[in-house]
Amino acid sequence: MLRVDADQGETTDTVPAGTHPDDADFIEVIVQHAPPATASAPGPDDADQPFGSSGATVSYLPVATRPTATATEPIEDLRRSDVDEWGRSEHMRSIVRRLYDPMYRYWFRVEWEGLEKIPTEGGALLIANHAGAIPSDAPAIMHGIETELGRPVYGLADYFFRTLPVLGTLWSRGGGVPAHPDNAFRILHDQQQLALVFPEGTKATSKTYADRYRLRRFGRGGFVEIAMRAGVPVIPIAVVGAEESMPILFRIPTLAKALNLPYFPVTANSLLLGPLGYVTYFPSKFKLRVLDPVTFDVEPGLDRYSRSRVMDEAERIRASMQDALHDMLRERRSVWFG
Amino acid sequence: MAQALEAKPDVEMILGLGTKEPKVPLERTEFVRSDQKYSILSRIVRATQVDTIVHTFLETNSSAVPSRVLHEINVIGTLNLLAAAGASGSSVHKVIVKSSTHVYGAAEQDPTWFREEDSRTAPVRTRLERSLLEVESLVRDFAEDNPHLAVTVLRFANVLGTDIITPISYNLRRRVLPCIAGFDPLVQFVEEDDVVRALEFVTANRVPGVFNVAGEGKLPWSEVASLAGAHLLPLPPIRPGVFAAPLQRLGTIRFPPEMEGLVRYGRGVDTSKLRSAGFDYRYSSAGAVLSFARANNLRRATGGSNTPEYRYEQDVEQFFRHSPAVVRGIDT
Repeated sequence: MLRVDADQGETTDTVPAGTHPDDADFIEVIVQHAPPATASAPGPDDADQPFGSSGATVSYLPVATRPTATATEPIEDLRRSDVDEWGRSEHMRSIVRRLYDPMYRYWFRVEWEGLEKIPTEGGALLIANHAGAIPSDAPAIMHGIETELGRPVYGLADYFFRTLPVLGTLWSRGGGVPAHPDNAFRILHDQQQLALVFPEGTKATSKTYADRYRLRRFGRGGFVEIAMRAGVPVIPIAVVGAEESMPILFRIPTLAKALNLPYFPVTANSLLLGPLGYVTYFPSKFKLRVLDPVTFDVEPGLDRYSRSRVMDEAERIRASMQDALHDMLRERRSVWFG
Repeated sequence: MAQALEAKPDVEMILGLGTKEPKVPLERTEFVRSDQKYSILSRIVRATQVDTIVHTFLETNSSAVPSRVLHEINVIGTLNLLAAAGASGSSVHKVIVKSSTHVYGAAEQDPTWFREEDSRTAPVRTRLERSLLEVESLVRDFAEDNPHLAVTVLRFANVLGTDIITPISYNLRRRVLPCIAGFDPLVQFVEEDDVVRALEFVTANRVPGVFNVAGEGKLPWSEVASLAGAHLLPLPPIRPGVFAAPLQRLGTIRFPPEMEGLVRYGRGVDTSKLRSAGFDYRYSSAGAVLSFARANNLRRATGGSNTPEYRYEQDVEQFFRHSPAVVRGIDT
């Protein structure tokens, strides 16, 4: 038996080791709080209360709370990996960056324009046009910003990636996050990080070569609403070159259905290289132009925003990106050399 | 739980109700044996005029009991409990239910963090989840019908601790952790101690509503294995349950159906609601795993004999509590 101070609940050293509370066999614990006024008055249960007069500050606790050493001292640095709560691992990212860098530098020869418009701190929602059967633009954008600005980018993408073994895990470790409004809000607002989304979604990556550089519908404008709620700017990025790196000639819907894929593309790469074509990009020249950040003059944190306002803003951003793309394409002399 | 409450001077009386006798010495708790369905509860409530009921025996380990028993314990037990609490003339003004984050399920479309008001994205497939959801809907209806009562539901993430056996702790004790090949999801844990403290917290404070309870942070499944010194046992991504079944039969691993989604997609719950109500955690998710691993090491090193056996003996307890021959206030 030992005494404890009930106010602090701390046990003395004489705790019998190994005895601790056990809930497993308790279904309910029914408690009666003594009203202060009647604490000393004999109630119906007081006759059976052996400790009715044992005083208010000291009570008797037959056993301690758990006697492990960890109960009192906080454990420092207990993580073994640097995987964050989104699944991104900086260690993994740095390996990916090292492997991807030659591709970025010498294969796509990525060239940025207006990179200074991306803030070095604070949240911002980056949006870009999407292309290529297996999109080559997302890694290029994420790599570019991470190496140039030294801050992480979370790529929000279809949850389809999560369902893939190995690839899904790598995608997550590399900074991929399932696109969910709550996830986006947390990254942008609570953590003030950069998030990259492709508002066109799979409608863009599944489009055939004939439709290149023609922006699809920007979803339901959800990205605008998220940026409004999080109170961060939208920064559009126009990407030229990704369309030609893995162009889709046609799609096979029945095969997609059979394999449970969003779409099954037959790409020019795969016609030339066979199955290897699905992992090999053509060396098209990448040019990325960062457009002016768009801010919204609305109160952040609301549950809903005016539908028409959201759609208007989304459409305006889409138009500005389409203009930028046309402008960049006018200036481009060669697909391969820019 | 009862031991923690005993330490509080403002708690006048504690009444334990269980199917088995308590395994730890309890000083002030009156213990009543009951059947699984707690059919005698309404009589107890009437007789003792209790004001708080803490419902901690929802079964969340579906590999421990057959499905019919699971239903009896969870649904019918809760039904009786709520009936007793809500009976006319009942003195109860607070009901606390210990539920589980299994109610959210685990699927690819899930948000990375579930808030209390979010609903699950995947249809209910396992009987455990179905039974927990049924319990929660009973509790929700009860709270609606009895607005004067403070009804608190705590949804606990995967609990780890030396005293509670869950499928995950069963595996970790054997140092084999089943996973699905190619998947390394993020999971949360809550330490047993924090479970008790959270129950204590909501018992002492009036905080009606649903709350998620999970240690801070998330960690990948592979890191759980490495922290706990366990080996990962990869199961094929297609129908892992079928491959796990023979190993389960042999007792090598536990892999109940509700675990499949968890080790494929993981699960995260937002705990800011309970935090802002004033509750502080003692352990993070990783801390819970490490603390469990350390306790487990100790248990292995000493052959599990470091916990002195306690046997509840009705007569002896009655003697110490009620006999005029016992001098009160002296350490025995």
